Amino acid sequence: MTTPAASPMIGARRLHVGDTAFRISLHIAGAIVVIVLLSILAIMFIGGKLAFDTFGLGFIWGSEWNPVTQIYGALPAITGTLVTALLALLIAWPIGFGIAFFLTETCPSKLRGPLGVAIELLAAVPSIVYGMWGFFVLAPFMSEHVQPWLTATFLWIPPVGDSFFWFTAPPIGVGMLTASLILAIMILPFIAATTRDVLQSTPQLLKDGAYAMGATRWEALTGVVIPAVRGSLFGAVFLGLGRALGETMAVVFVIGNAIRMPDSLMAPSATIASVVANSFPEAEPGTLDLAVLLGLGFILFVVSFSVLAIARLLLRQERMS
Amino acid sequence: MNLLARRLPAALGPLLAAAILTITPANAQNITGAGATFPAPIYSSWGEDYAKSGGESARLNYQALGSGAGVTQIINRTVDFGASDSPVALERLEKEQLLQFPAVIGAVVVIVNVPGVDGTKLKLTGALLGEIYVGRVRLWNDPKIVAINPGLRLPQIPISPAYRADSSGTTSIFTKYLSSVSPIFKERTGAGNAVAWRTGLGAPGNAGVAAAVKNIKGGIGYVEFAYAAENGMQALMLENGSGKFVTPSVPGFLEAAAQADWTNAKGMAASMLNMPGEIAWPITSATYVLVPRNPKDPATTQRVLKFFDWSFRNGAATADRLHYIMLPPEVQDRVRAQWSTLVVGGKPLWPVSGS
Repeated sequence: MTTPAASPMIGARRLHVGDTAFRISLHIAGAIVVIVLLSILAIMFIGGKLAFDTFGLGFIWGSEWNPVTQIYGALPAITGTLVTALLALLIAWPIGFGIAFFLTETCPSKLRGPLGVAIELLAAVPSIVYGMWGFFVLAPFMSEHVQPWLTATFLWIPPVGDSFFWFTAPPIGVGMLTASLILAIMILPFIAATTRDVLQSTPQLLKDGAYAMGATRWEALTGVVIPAVRGSLFGAVFLGLGRALGETMAVVFVIGNAIRMPDSLMAPSATIASVVANSFPEAEPGTLDLAVLLGLGFILFVVSFSVLAIARLLLRQERMS
Repeated sequence: MNLLARRLPAALGPLLAAAILTITPANAQNITGAGATFPAPIYSSWGEDYAKSGGESARLNYQALGSGAGVTQIINRTVDFGASDSPVALERLEKEQLLQFPAVIGAVVVIVNVPGVDGTKLKLTGALLGEIYVGRVRLWNDPKIVAINPGLRLPQIPISPAYRADSSGTTSIFTKYLSSVSPIFKERTGAGNAVAWRTGLGAPGNAGVAAAVKNIKGGIGYVEFAYAAENGMQALMLENGSGKFVTPSVPGFLEAAAQADWTNAKGMAASMLNMPGEIAWPITSATYVLVPRNPKDPATTQRVLKFFDWSFRNGAATADRLHYIMLPPEVQDRVRAQWSTLVVGGKPLWPVSGS
C-alpha cells in the first residue's frame, strides 16, 4: 500500500518467473514422453539384437518357429497379428460407423445419452473377461454352429496354392476367426466413439444445406458428411487397428496358440503379443529365447508405431484441408 | 502438501516397524526356494505343516516362478534351493556345483472327448499318440485306433490335439515320453518345455487344455494327474513298457518309480518313462530339487535337507490329499545317501548332528 506503483511490477516479475518455471516443466513433461518412447524402443532393439544377428532377415521372414532346434522365424506370428487385426477391423468398421451415424443423425435424443454410455462401458470391460467369454461361450458356439456353416457355404472358394483353404478347417471353435470377432468387439467402442466425434464435427451448415437441397439421409451422408471428414474417419479406424494389433490376454484365450503358418482363416494361429505372453515366464536371461521375444516386441512396436503414424498423418491432412 | 509430508512418515512409522518385527524373527529360520510350478502346492503345504511341527522347524518361502527361473536362481545362489520339473544335465550340475535329488513324483495323463465313447475305456499306444500329435492320424475311426479298441464304436470325426500354450514342465515330460516311443514325433517335434507342434491348438495352463478338450468334439489333451484327479476327469488307457494297457493310478506311478534304474541315473535323474510292469503308468516323472554343493552357509542347506527329510517321513497324508505321489522308501534312502556326499570343510552336511 505504501508503494502502490511497485506492486504491479512485483506481480509482473512473479508472473514472469512462474511463467518460465511453467514453461520449463511443460518441456520436461513433453521430453519425458519422448525419452520413455525412445528408450523402450532402444531396449527392445538391444535386447532383441541377438535374434536379429542370429537369423538376419530370416527372423522376420522365416516360417519355422521351433524352440527345440532353436530356430525362430516370426512370420507365423506376424501373419497371425496382421490377419486377426485386419479381419477385426473389417468386422468392426461398418458396425462402428453405423453406431456413430445412428447416434449423431437418426437416434432419438432421449436414447443418445444412454447409448453413448453403453458404448463407453463396452470399452471398459477388461480384456481377460473378453478372453474368458470368448473361450467358454463364443468358441463352443463357433464350433457348433458358425464354422460348419461357413465351411459348407464357402466350399466353392478355390484354395490359395495347396496350403490355404479359406474356410475349410476342423470346427474347433478357437482360431483366427474367433480371435478376430473378439478383437472386433473390443475395438468397436473406440471406432464408434471416435467416428461419432468426427461426424459431430461436420459443420451443421453443410448438413442443413444438403437437406435443404432435398437430399435424403443417405445422400447427405455419402455426398456431404463423409467427403467432409474422410481423413478423420480413417484416423478413427487406425486407432482401432492399433489396439487390435497389441491386444494380448483376450487373444491368448481364443486364437489357439499355434505358432505355424495357418492353413485357413479358422485355423489356430498366434499373434506376436500372445507368443510373448506365453513364452516369457520361462525365457531365461541371456538366452536366445529371451532375445527372440524382445525382438518380437520390437517388431510389434514398429508395426503399431507405423499404424499410428499413418493415423496421425490422415488426421492432420484432414485438419489442413 | 507440507502437512502431508510431515504426517506421512508419522503414519508409516508404526506400519514399517510392524513389518520389520514380523519379518525379522522368521528370517533367522527361513528357507527360501524358487522354481517349478507343478510341485508348488505340495511344497507349500509341507512347508506349513513343517512350520507347525515345532522343534527346530523352519518357515518355507517357495516362489513358483517356473523351472527355468528356479535353475537360474539357484545357480546365482539367490535362493536356498531351486526346483525344476526337468532334471538338470550332469555336466551343468558339476559346473555349477549343484546337488540334484528327486522330491516328489508326478504323472501326466491323457484326456479325450469323443462323443459316444467312454474315455476310460479307450486304449492308445505311445506310437499312436505320437502320430496323432504330428497330424499323421487325423480321424478317431482311423484303422490303427479301431484295431486296438475292438469293443468301441469310434465316430468318424477329426482328432483335435490340445497342448499347453505356455512353456511348461508338463509339456517337457509329455514330449519326452512321445519322443521315446514315437520315432516320427521325435523327428518332427522333439522334446522340450515348449515345442513346435505340427497340429492342434494351444491353451494356457492345465485348466486351459482341459477346457479345450471339453469344448471340442474329438479333442485330446494331456494334463497333470493331480489336476485331473482334483477335477474328477477321466483319463484313457496307455500301453506301458510291458505292452499292457493301463489306467493311470497311484500304485501304477509307484511301480514305475520302483522300476526306474536309480543305480545308474546321472544326477539322480532316473527316467520313469515307459517302464515295464503290470500296472506301471508310462508317463511318470519326478520333479527335482537343487541345492548348492558349496553353500556359503552350510546351516541353511542343512535346514533345506531337514525340511525334505521331515516331508519324506511325515508328508504322505498331505501328498495323498493333493494327489501327489511320494518317492518309494528305497528311493528316499538313496536321496539321503546322496545328501551325505555334501561335504563342507571336511564335515558332511547329512546326517545333521544332534537331530
